Amino acid sequence: MSKIKTFTTGGIHPDKFKLSSDVAIEDAGIPEVVTIPVRQHIGAPAKILVKKGDKVKVGTLIADADGIVSADVHSSVSGEVIKVEENETGGGYLEKMITIRVEGDEWEESIDKTPDIVSEITASAEEIVQIIRGAGIVGMGGAGFPTPIKVTVPEGKKVDCLILNGIECEPYLTADDRLMQECAEQIVIGAKVINKALGIQNAIIAVDENKPEAIKALQQVTRRYVGVNVQVCATKYPQGAEKQLIAAVTGREVPPGCLPIDVHCVVQNVGTAFAIYEAVQKHKPLFERIVTVSGDDVKKAGNFRVRIGTPSSYLIEKAGKKSEIGKIIFGGPMMGIAGVNLDAPITKISSGILILKDESAYKPEVNPCIRCATCVDVCPQGLEPYLIHSLIRNGEYQEAKKIHVLDCIECGCCAYSCPARIPLLDYCKLAKYEIRKNK
Amino acid sequence: MTEIILFNIAILSVIAVIAAIVLYFTAKKFRVEPNVLAEEIAEILPQANCGACGSAGCQDFANRCATSTAEEFRSLYCPVGGRNVMTKIAQKLGYAAEDHEPTVAVLRCNGSCENAPDKVEYVGLKNCRLASRVFVGKTGCPNGCLRLGDCVRNCPFGAIEMNPKTGLPEVNPDKCTSCGACVRICPRGLYEIRPVGPKGVRVYVACNNKQKGATARKNCKAACIGCMKCTKVCADVKVENNLSYIPTSVSAEQYGAELASACPTGAIVYTGEKNEQN
Amino acid sequence: MLKVSTAPHMYSPTNTMSIMRDVIISLVPAGLVAIALFGLNALITIVTAVAGCVVMEYIACKYILKVKPSTKDLSAIVTGLLLAYNLPCNMPVWMTLIGCFVAIIIAKVAFGGIGKNLFNPALIGRVFLFISFPIQMTTWVKPKLFDFMNADVSTSATTLGILKHADAGTSATSLTSNIPNYLEMFLGYTGGSMGEVSAVALLLGLVYLLYRRVISWHIPFYYVATFFVLTAGFAYYTGDASLDPLTHLLSGGLFLGAFFMATDYTTSPMSKKGKIIFAIGCGVLTFVIRRYSAYPEGVSFAILIMNAFVPLIDKLAKPRIFGTGRK
Repeated sequence: MSKIKTFTTGGIHPDKFKLSSDVAIEDAGIPEVVTIPVRQHIGAPAKILVKKGDKVKVGTLIADADGIVSADVHSSVSGEVIKVEENETGGGYLEKMITIRVEGDEWEESIDKTPDIVSEITASAEEIVQIIRGAGIVGMGGAGFPTPIKVTVPEGKKVDCLILNGIECEPYLTADDRLMQECAEQIVIGAKVINKALGIQNAIIAVDENKPEAIKALQQVTRRYVGVNVQVCATKYPQGAEKQLIAAVTGREVPPGCLPIDVHCVVQNVGTAFAIYEAVQKHKPLFERIVTVSGDDVKKAGNFRVRIGTPSSYLIEKAGKKSEIGKIIFGGPMMGIAGVNLDAPITKISSGILILKDESAYKPEVNPCIRCATCVDVCPQGLEPYLIHSLIRNGEYQEAKKIHVLDCIECGCCAYSCPARIPLLDYCKLAKYEIRKNK
Repeated sequence: MTEIILFNIAILSVIAVIAAIVLYFTAKKFRVEPNVLAEEIAEILPQANCGACGSAGCQDFANRCATSTAEEFRSLYCPVGGRNVMTKIAQKLGYAAEDHEPTVAVLRCNGSCENAPDKVEYVGLKNCRLASRVFVGKTGCPNGCLRLGDCVRNCPFGAIEMNPKTGLPEVNPDKCTSCGACVRICPRGLYEIRPVGPKGVRVYVACNNKQKGATARKNCKAACIGCMKCTKVCADVKVENNLSYIPTSVSAEQYGAELASACPTGAIVYTGEKNEQN
Repeated sequence: MLKVSTAPHMYSPTNTMSIMRDVIISLVPAGLVAIALFGLNALITIVTAVAGCVVMEYIACKYILKVKPSTKDLSAIVTGLLLAYNLPCNMPVWMTLIGCFVAIIIAKVAFGGIGKNLFNPALIGRVFLFISFPIQMTTWVKPKLFDFMNADVSTSATTLGILKHADAGTSATSLTSNIPNYLEMFLGYTGGSMGEVSAVALLLGLVYLLYRRVISWHIPFYYVATFFVLTAGFAYYTGDASLDPLTHLLSGGLFLGAFFMATDYTTSPMSKKGKIIFAIGCGVLTFVIRRYSAYPEGVSFAILIMNAFVPLIDKLAKPRIFGTGRK
């Protein structure tokens, strides 16, 4: 086995709380009503193709990508469209959503519903990109960047390495872990599909040390597939961040303001690879995903296969809660966003829902900075959060820009480890917001 | 002994001469022509360096005034110093002073604790700009005041204070110089610079919610529901995207009281006698 | 009611108080040795210094800074302990209290309280006392194991003092006979400030701090290493017996300073690079003062001088931005 790798600058080791890594993926079932947002990705909202009263099947295209940086949206259930209007997202803001009342579970005929694994890739590179576009696939790790763009090599650029991100360094979350354990072969075939689209031969699946089962499952499969290798990485947060992952696996560092493609790498989440496999090999558009439901307030943490548009409250009910919910987080505890709406629909980028007890919902009291330099030590980007903090408090946004605050990846290592509990990340975000606003 | 004294005097004299020569040439080489006019104008200015005039501080504004033509000068205005200061500058330059009406910042939201009760508790850093990116706000209104006080902290004149009863920031018209810091800082764009009005009487819509009436009312009792009743009082009042806007041309003295009483939700604020709300 | 906040939603278990608690724990061995060697007087001085600092911190926060007293974070206890460790055991109580006043009020609160002071408060307190009361500050009691009441107080010079005032012609053998041997110095059976005598106790503390990741190894290592290399080098080239590197290492306040004072968060640089520069500077200055100045000991002054350079070092020695400056 090759050496265990990791990135060198900064990083932290938070408690893992992987409550559900041994819990098999469970089908969450279909709720009575789903609400599908037309924007579940970075970029323009998709154009709505249906109206009230339309009948749709599972996999029917209901909103069409509006431009290159956008993504198709498919129905995740069969039934009747009952509303096409603005609805609350997790944060309480309004977005256009399509509400469908469920009637039965009738799938589009073109979808291959059999459990057989199709390993032979017949589609050509161009066809693969077209299929991925048509399936509405976006980066499923949390960013939600439309995948078709990421699997086409821009002119003048060279790619020599595909990295599949199976790190899942956020505490609590286990959706990718379970997916790798249960669907290792599909993920590996997905990697081969992406390889074909990119025109390269090799792929590295990076998994961190604390997922021995997933590593074992993947290694058993990769023996049979030439060019796909498993790279074990040390457990460290934020190794799942694109730049840090590339540094860990290849030793190359993405310069500030550049993209992975500039160091000849393409990074895809394992969930995305799985979705690509399903789209290309099984003709199934992206309308369901694996979601972890966990947190210290949950009765039985679990991983669910969920139809997009399912209300979060439906999942919380499945997992059960111990007491009144203090805080609901969409995503992990480090970078996830606290929500105000328990009924917010699951989207393509929801990797997890955490519910926290009332006691753990509060922020700790803030003390004065003692200049301990922990924030400098843990910053994976080599920034000085303490300095950014004092500059922003004095409104010196331009000075903050000079010390590279725009390179902040918002991983939260500084705020997590600050012994004085200064919300350093908040100040970095504020600086980025102000600098971008005044540009 | 004498030699030591003489020696010291000689050394010091040589140093003095060298220093004098260096100083002479540096003073010549790096001489800055002072703009006397700009200096004088800068003295008239309030020296708050707030940037409300659009220049980078008072000295910059003074320089712009000093080099402006009569035409250009008309577009220059120091909101902090107001008419007084501009008249004085105009006299200095020999131009006619433009007549600017005194203005004040108003908050276009009335989502007080009572009108728009908290639905969730915000426990993070007290900062509107951050909070607005995380969620919709405690009240649930996507356009309303977040009540976290960025405007209070960023007002260079201390003219905005949080009212603990309503939870909303309040502008003190006596201290407000309409510098526009609050307009720039508010992530919801709730502040508007409006004329103080004759005897401080003004009327405006204290709401920024563009949702449909029913949705807006769900979160806030004082929301504008776009009912158009105000447009019947005065035809100049515009309703767009379910939100009414009273242009500054509408006379507060003439229509204010009537507009305020016509509004079924109390979104229209009238600072005149009939309504004590400020 | 649901709570909403910005990310992150979890925190590391380390906080200001736990850090200070770890520092206090790491200082315990040296304190026990001091009490064992110097008896009741040592205990009185330590208790006075700690109590003085805590009370003054509380009063200062409440009435001068008008903030919530930060005594809860235990930082005043650390300052008090370090100040006490830098004093001879038979300091009059009122002098110790003056030291507390200077350390807390002048060196810490006057700069704005915890985290804002430029100089190490305990060292400022010590140097102030050293300059104001040179006799008391340089009268060292001869250690006597477990003689708790310290019945017959006999004074002795410190090892460094003996080395400093040795005549140029003193032979190496006669010097060695005057100063304690290495084992005695290592264990602490030598004259000196209360906390600095026992190298082994201080090393224990250092190991604990490193184990708990309260400090990084950079400052202690580079400080001691720089100093050791310089002394050894000079001793080798000049053949000066008073420069025996191991004696210099084990005697005086080098370990106390390098492990506990130079590593003080607030008054040391932020980046790794900066810490190394700072530590090397401390090492060089300590050597220069010990070798060339009138004082036998130079750790306090060296650290205070380097403290003044910290803002400059912070400005120049920046961490490497990810993705730049490396191929």
